[in-house]
Amino acid sequence: MVKGGQWGDKLPQPALSRLDHVALFLMTLAIRPSIFTPPSAKKSLPDRLFRAGTGFMAFLVFMSVLAILVSLWMGAWPALHKFGFRFLTGTDWNPVTSEFGALVAIYGTLVSTAVAMFIAVPLSFGIALFITELSPRWLKRPVGTAIELLAAIPSIIYGMWGLFVFAPLFADHVQPWVTDHFAGVPLLGALFDGPPMGIGMFTAGLILAIMITPFITAVMRDVFDLVPAVLKESAYGLGATTAEVVLKVVLPYTKIGVIGGIMLGLGRALGETMAVTFVIGNAHHLHVSLFEPGTTISATLANEFTEAVGPIYTSSLMALGLILFLITFIVLALAQLLILHTSRPRLSTA
Amino acid sequence: MLRKIRGMVITGAAGLLGMGLTITAAAAVSEISGAGATFPYPIYAKWAEAYARSTGVKLNYQSIGSGGGIKQITEKTVDFGASDMPLKPEDLDKGGLMQFPTVIGGDVPVVNLKGISPGQLKFTGAVLADIYLGKITKWNDAALTTLNPEVNLPDSRITVVHRADGSGTTFIWTNYLSKVSPEWKTSVGDGTSVAWPVGVGGKGNEGVSSYVQRINGAIGYVEYAYVLQNKMTYAQVQNREGSFVSPSSGAFQAAAAGADWETAPGMYLVLTDAPGKDSWPIAGATFILMHKQQAKPEVARAVLDFFAWAYQNGGDMAAHLDYVPLPDVVVKLIEKKWQESIKGADGKSVWVAAN
Repeated sequence: MVKGGQWGDKLPQPALSRLDHVALFLMTLAIRPSIFTPPSAKKSLPDRLFRAGTGFMAFLVFMSVLAILVSLWMGAWPALHKFGFRFLTGTDWNPVTSEFGALVAIYGTLVSTAVAMFIAVPLSFGIALFITELSPRWLKRPVGTAIELLAAIPSIIYGMWGLFVFAPLFADHVQPWVTDHFAGVPLLGALFDGPPMGIGMFTAGLILAIMITPFITAVMRDVFDLVPAVLKESAYGLGATTAEVVLKVVLPYTKIGVIGGIMLGLGRALGETMAVTFVIGNAHHLHVSLFEPGTTISATLANEFTEAVGPIYTSSLMALGLILFLITFIVLALAQLLILHTSRPRLSTA
Repeated sequence: MLRKIRGMVITGAAGLLGMGLTITAAAAVSEISGAGATFPYPIYAKWAEAYARSTGVKLNYQSIGSGGGIKQITEKTVDFGASDMPLKPEDLDKGGLMQFPTVIGGDVPVVNLKGISPGQLKFTGAVLADIYLGKITKWNDAALTTLNPEVNLPDSRITVVHRADGSGTTFIWTNYLSKVSPEWKTSVGDGTSVAWPVGVGGKGNEGVSSYVQRINGAIGYVEYAYVLQNKMTYAQVQNREGSFVSPSSGAFQAAAAGADWETAPGMYLVLTDAPGKDSWPIAGATFILMHKQQAKPEVARAVLDFFAWAYQNGGDMAAHLDYVPLPDVVVKLIEKKWQESIKGADGKSVWVAAN
């Protein structure tokens, strides 16, 4: 009945349109003419102090990022200079011979995060939808509070739970079954092959998923709540099913917020250290199978920094830190691009 | 007027400062500082507490890891460094350092196999090396069944567990494997962390032991004290003389007593594969690092006084925490080394043995 895309295209803008900006600007002028006075002229001293103070704080953030980047670069330089591009592609991690390559750790970081996102995004979406759209009123509060409580649990608790509770159950009851049933299936068979230890890349990804689900859910729930009831009601009034309302009204309206929530979870998963260290197995080996142990950049740093002896070893760990910094930066930049991309066409229609 | 007041203030401050300086110089050293290895931290803390009670001298020890300890003593930010891995004589010379052991520890192989009780399983060094090289992968491998004819070993795979973090425990373990297996020596080597051919890594002794306890068919190595406190399933290991020994404080002391500290340059000695019929083959000491040339002899003296006191009075405390104290012969030798090698700016020995 409703054609794809129609609803989304004709919705009013959640972000301010250009006209709105103009209106807002005029309103500000009416209330505060001081916006026209140049900063140097005739402002009271407290005002200027306040401006300088907050400006300094903002500047501090910028400077810290820069300082971290510079010191990481300086610390990483000996290793980068020695190994060059090989540092990115090498799979060796040998403190005895001082041969270091970051590929295993980079691979582990990306794969465990990918597993986590694969599980957490649909899960969070479902939870958020249930709370905002489908749940009976009396259930909204308890489920919402439970989600927020989950977000407040320190990551090491998740790690311990993963190692002491989840891993043995998983190893005894799930892993052998999965390995047997997927054996011989192309791709999946290779992904789920390996010894039933309960420890490895998959467990790490799963624990990460449980950790980031509350964050993504919380953001999604908040943005879903922002959808004006009148929009949904009109859609229902036209005979749309719940699924149609969700896919064609709620999602298009909240696209940016949803992406933002996913990125928040992604950022956290990339950098998570303690929980991952507990369950990933901390082995510098490259395996296709998700049931084999691996390592991530942050787990390697947490494990090895204290006892790293020798300049190249320490420097290689610094270089790993730099790579994690860059990966996070790239991910955030991509997220910004994505948001720009999804919002631009809609701005122009206003 | 204003200038005059300012002048008075400055002279007053300078006077106070001068007084402060004379006071600190005159008083005995009341605090010594050290940093390094985490493994001996509990016993150093225990000794420090008892020592402060009896003499009033405080020890400030930061357990930041052996690597950090070596760094800090080289930069002279602490009075002594502590390392689980002894420094090679040439590295000692480069830094103008000397080292001496304090307590003995060692590694014990632990397993998780149903129906196997502590001390029942027997290993040789070569078999342990082959397991850690990934050459022996099943518990019913011929090499294991011939060693343990009376034990019913299952047809299950061996999961190797090692330390994920750098540690003296790993150094002792890999050093032992290098001594008993030429292949290990050439393909892996020894160090506080190495490139493990197989296995999963746990963080710290507790990480390794929880992995071993979680995974059926796992084998790992942990600190001796840790085995005792957690009642883990340890195994016997064949020593150099061919006898199978169980880990016990007597077996560790036998390894330390049989070692030739006298002639080892820079006291660089790892107690692995030590001679002696009763010696536990995978033992090692933890070390203290100090500068040979001391700009402040009274501080160095205070540090050495502390360790002399600990050797004399700290044995029971060490044993209580499941560390193995050094035998008396070794202590005598260490005190002789102090006298020989730690000198003040005037060339005089900082420490003189009482008898």
